Amino acid sequence: MSGTENQMTGAEIVLQALKDNGVEHIFGYPGGAVLPIYDEIFQQDEIQHILVRHEQGAGHAAEGYARSTGKVGVMLVTSGPGATNAVTPLQDALMDSIPLVCLSGQVPTSLIGSDAFQECDTVGITRPCTKHNWLVKDVNQLARTIHEAFRVAQSGRPGPVVVDIPKDIQFATGTYVPPSMVSSQHVYEPKVQGDLDRIREAVALMQGARKPVIYSGGGVVNSGPEASHLLRELVELTGFPITSTLMGLGAYPASGKNWLGMLGMHGTYEANMAMHDCDVMVCIGARFDDRITGRLNAFSPNSKKIHIDIDPSSINKNVRVDIPILGDVGRVLEDMVRLWRASAKTVGKEHLADWWTSISKWRARNSLAYKANDDVIMPQYAIQRLYELTKHRDTYITTEVGQHQMWAAQFFGFEQPNRWMTSGGLGTMGYGLPAALGVQIAHPDALVIDIAGDASIQMCIQEMSAAIQYEAPIKIFILNNQYMGMVRQWQQLLHGNRLSHSYTEAMPDFVKLAEAYGAVGLRCDKPADLDGAIQEMIAVKKPVIFDCRVANLANCFPMIPSGKAHNEMLLPDEATDEAVANAIDAKGRQLV
Amino acid sequence: MNAHLQPTGSAYFIAPETQVSESHTLSVLVDNEPGVLARVIGLFSGRGYNIESLTVSETEHQAHLSRITIVTRGTPHVLEQIKAQLERIVPVHRVVDLTVRAKDLGHERPLERELALVKVSGTGDHRVEALRLADAFRASVIDANTEHFVFEITGKVSKIDQFIAIMKPLGLIEVCRTGIAAMNRGPQGM
Repeated sequence: MSGTENQMTGAEIVLQALKDNGVEHIFGYPGGAVLPIYDEIFQQDEIQHILVRHEQGAGHAAEGYARSTGKVGVMLVTSGPGATNAVTPLQDALMDSIPLVCLSGQVPTSLIGSDAFQECDTVGITRPCTKHNWLVKDVNQLARTIHEAFRVAQSGRPGPVVVDIPKDIQFATGTYVPPSMVSSQHVYEPKVQGDLDRIREAVALMQGARKPVIYSGGGVVNSGPEASHLLRELVELTGFPITSTLMGLGAYPASGKNWLGMLGMHGTYEANMAMHDCDVMVCIGARFDDRITGRLNAFSPNSKKIHIDIDPSSINKNVRVDIPILGDVGRVLEDMVRLWRASAKTVGKEHLADWWTSISKWRARNSLAYKANDDVIMPQYAIQRLYELTKHRDTYITTEVGQHQMWAAQFFGFEQPNRWMTSGGLGTMGYGLPAALGVQIAHPDALVIDIAGDASIQMCIQEMSAAIQYEAPIKIFILNNQYMGMVRQWQQLLHGNRLSHSYTEAMPDFVKLAEAYGAVGLRCDKPADLDGAIQEMIAVKKPVIFDCRVANLANCFPMIPSGKAHNEMLLPDEATDEAVANAIDAKGRQLV
Repeated sequence: MNAHLQPTGSAYFIAPETQVSESHTLSVLVDNEPGVLARVIGLFSGRGYNIESLTVSETEHQAHLSRITIVTRGTPHVLEQIKAQLERIVPVHRVVDLTVRAKDLGHERPLERELALVKVSGTGDHRVEALRLADAFRASVIDANTEHFVFEITGKVSKIDQFIAIMKPLGLIEVCRTGIAAMNRGPQGM
């Protein structure tokens, strides 16, 4: 193991470790403290480095890459500002459980603590926004630390990790140890197999249910394609209705007959009412987030709750559950499906008929309805047309954060997992464009669309330049209403329609902006022209910014106003100006 | 610290808290590596949990293990969350709620002891009284001249609290306390 053939510089060790962990692409930005690593990147061609224009872009691109492939996303940044710019995507990945390895340069060990140029306490700053982080002070620990970083990022509930590498360590010579030779440094070994007795108990409860609902989340997508397959099988076997969180869209197909649509603050009426009225709730890989539950003490008051999750701290955190099952969603579903099959003869689906009748009534309220318009493009209509014109293609969707994100979730039908990349937990404006770049790098021939808002898109617009450089033909579909639409919607709900700084008075000409970057700019403001323009966008083999001018004052409904319960939704046909102004009471105003 | 706030951070937690806060002692076995204490206390401050006492020291040198003893206050629900959150930290090996464990073993509380150094300055009657009381509390004198004593006292928190309170009028200068070291009775380990 200590032969001369395994002697390498720290920078060589980094590249070798990345290769041995199956890395093909990294997203990064050079700087003084990572130059030795960049020098190694220059001298090899197995790993492709994607040069972004801002470290935040590197992180979101790596997230998009990870979420669309199921692999670990890798980013490389320099010390100081490089590392601090990485903080937003790290926290984003932490909240949405995305496996991410961030390698950061650090000033030489002899200068740490001296307030050196471009020094910051990277491990200190990133400690709360990573699963774990390391400062490597010995070149002989570098290889095992990187291998451990990949293991921690992927195992259990996935998440981001940081390996901070001082510049002298990158130059120093040490021994390389391949992943197979490394035993784990830590005892960190999350439980993946669910407790069989609990699963048996859960199946018995489900078989006795009269008003069941499955509530699935991003954990199903993270668990891998097999978990989505098993989820579909479970739904088929049980005949249960299923809803999903924002993060879980695509695990069960939107065209599936048991699909209720997304739940939560901007979820469908049928999904939220089913959650409220159910007698057995099966939560699979979701975490009872506040966007999902609404007012907690009125959340699904009469149900027994089963919760499958790999993270023990997610269980009983916000909502008390009756049967917690700790384990990997895929493994638990496998047992659940097997146990259900074993007793399937005794269980029919007839007893669910009344429940489905109730659901049909809720569905009939058509909670996603909007007033069609021949003169102005309604944002919902734009998403519907985008979906219809792309659904037969190999399409991946990313979004920014705001109204457009909710409309995309409501009106774009996802049939497969890993096709939908959005910032759910952190709600990061600026996520979508770099994420689309990352997705396109992983899937060069796919159609990758960032559904954006006019405000969000300007937060990471610089990555258009990276898209041009790498000939990544991403499509930026901006629902341009000249407002920070979701901010304005909340100002209407909470602040007497005083639209404080939510109107963008100086908007760039997005078509010219696209052209300035060397991309193609398209604009459309007539419903009649929309289909043609979308088809033109798809046909272009270059990055496109599509400036879709939509109705300026449209709001996103249905909505559970802050502090309200699932059965107190504001539906579009009831959302008069007055109802909007009075939807949230004094207590709800302090909520986020 | 933030005892009046709802702990999990979201403003949605407006449901009135009906559970009563309890003080519990946790033992946390961790890898003795840089930053591990920062991870543990960062978790407490970041999520708004309370720390009433904290002690940490390496306990198994060969295995590079340290034991952190934390006294924290929260409702049973919050205490359960604290344990789960601690267990999520990569270098954390085990977390045992010693207070719960003591109840399971049929005891009221785990064994909890603290050491304090108490400096008292004075002359005449105060000095005699201080020495007499120290003797009653089984505190030992570890430094003295004609004007001061430094007492070392070990015992339960309540005993040390009481000793310090009594020393106050007798010329108390400064106090240093170690925080609580704790383990459960009986032959089993944590």
